[in-house]
Amino acid sequence: MSLLRILRPTTARRNLLTSSIRYKHTLPDLPYDYAALEPAISGKIMELHHSKHHQTYVNSLNDAEEKYSSAVSANDVQGQISLQPLLRFHGGGHLNHTLFWENLAPKGSGGGEPPSGILADAINSTYGSVEDLKKRMNVTLAGIQGSGWGWLVKDKDTGALQVIAMPNQDPVVGKYIPLLGIDAWEHAYYLQYENRKAEYFSKIWDVVDWKAAEARYKAAV
Amino acid sequence: MVLSMFLGIWEAGLKESFVTHSALQALEPYISGQIMQIHHSKHHQTYVNNLNAATANHVKALQENDIRAQINLQQAIKFNGGGHINHSLFWANLVPANFSQAELESAPKLTGAISAKYGSYDEFKGEFTGVLLGLQGSGWGWLVKNKKTDQLDIITTKDQDPVVGDLAPIFGVDMWEHAYYLQYFNDKASYVNGIWNIINWETAEQRFLGCSGVLKL
Repeated sequence: MSLLRILRPTTARRNLLTSSIRYKHTLPDLPYDYAALEPAISGKIMELHHSKHHQTYVNSLNDAEEKYSSAVSANDVQGQISLQPLLRFHGGGHLNHTLFWENLAPKGSGGGEPPSGILADAINSTYGSVEDLKKRMNVTLAGIQGSGWGWLVKDKDTGALQVIAMPNQDPVVGKYIPLLGIDAWEHAYYLQYENRKAEYFSKIWDVVDWKAAEARYKAAV
Repeated sequence: MVLSMFLGIWEAGLKESFVTHSALQALEPYISGQIMQIHHSKHHQTYVNNLNAATANHVKALQENDIRAQINLQQAIKFNGGGHINHSLFWANLVPANFSQAELESAPKLTGAISAKYGSYDEFKGEFTGVLLGLQGSGWGWLVKNKKTDQLDIITTKDQDPVVGDLAPIFGVDMWEHAYYLQYFNDKASYVNGIWNIINWETAEQRFLGCSGVLKL
């Protein structure tokens, strides 16, 4: 009896689901020009990365959500589950890139200026210094086999900082709060650095906006 | 620069030269010479170097009877060994578009099996293309043959996972961004579209018939 009720929502519930107006995701504007992160990241990379790659994640996420809504309306649980990888990939791509653009800034507008306040304290007590944290993150980034992201995160359970890698476009979820993300997909650096990804990982710190990481850290406290 | 420089890349020794065409530009306009040069001399070389390092460490761990160290090295061997295997198979299943091996007629048995399974070559191409473009992240698309049932199948392997077990690779297409980005940027569909012109069907036929032998690296 109860199982049936779970699998077959009431008419009222179904109407509620289908009548809700679905929000369409849009590509966020960048708070700086494409060329503003040079020489760390070329304008050409930024333009393609934002206007093509990120846009594709946004479009595909909207498509996947459209299909998901139809599956919900049709009470098609199998269909919903089979759409999960698409939602995860394109939803993750949208989330990750949005966080990434925010935690970058041109030199002179905060890019590369060291963290301060409680985030700096937490970094120093966990890693010794900001330089040591950068090294830790660069080792993690260089060790990614395939496409993915490196993140500085806060563990909600322990409050501790941690450096983690996520495959493909898997977003930071669950017990971790993302503070700072670095894109290690080849499209993020290849036109400028080709196979020399270590060089990209070392240069990107010149345009990391620690203020964004600090704000995320404070919001998580 | 000559692709047949494969000889001697790996200290364990490549037993044969996989590529019969000589110039890196030979696959243009479908794959640029610049991509081929970096892909071969930098990316493939790095997999070879890292595989040699991991293998040496594994030998050492074996001699020291250190099982934990051996198991800890498995992922490095899988990733870099897979990278070496996959790229070696890939170079050998490509050929300049004006060579006779690029003609479907070079693979009579295989194309027969393709038509039997997929209806026609064009339908097969459409399905393979869809699988390649649906790959999320880095990885490879493969036409494989099940060695037990002789059935063809289209599969993907993630990152540098190689085709192993009951499946024999017939030909593979590299879908890592480094395989196309300098020329095609985010337009991977055009890369995939072009690659059909430079598949080496003679190599594919030999692999299909099981007479290409064990891949000697």
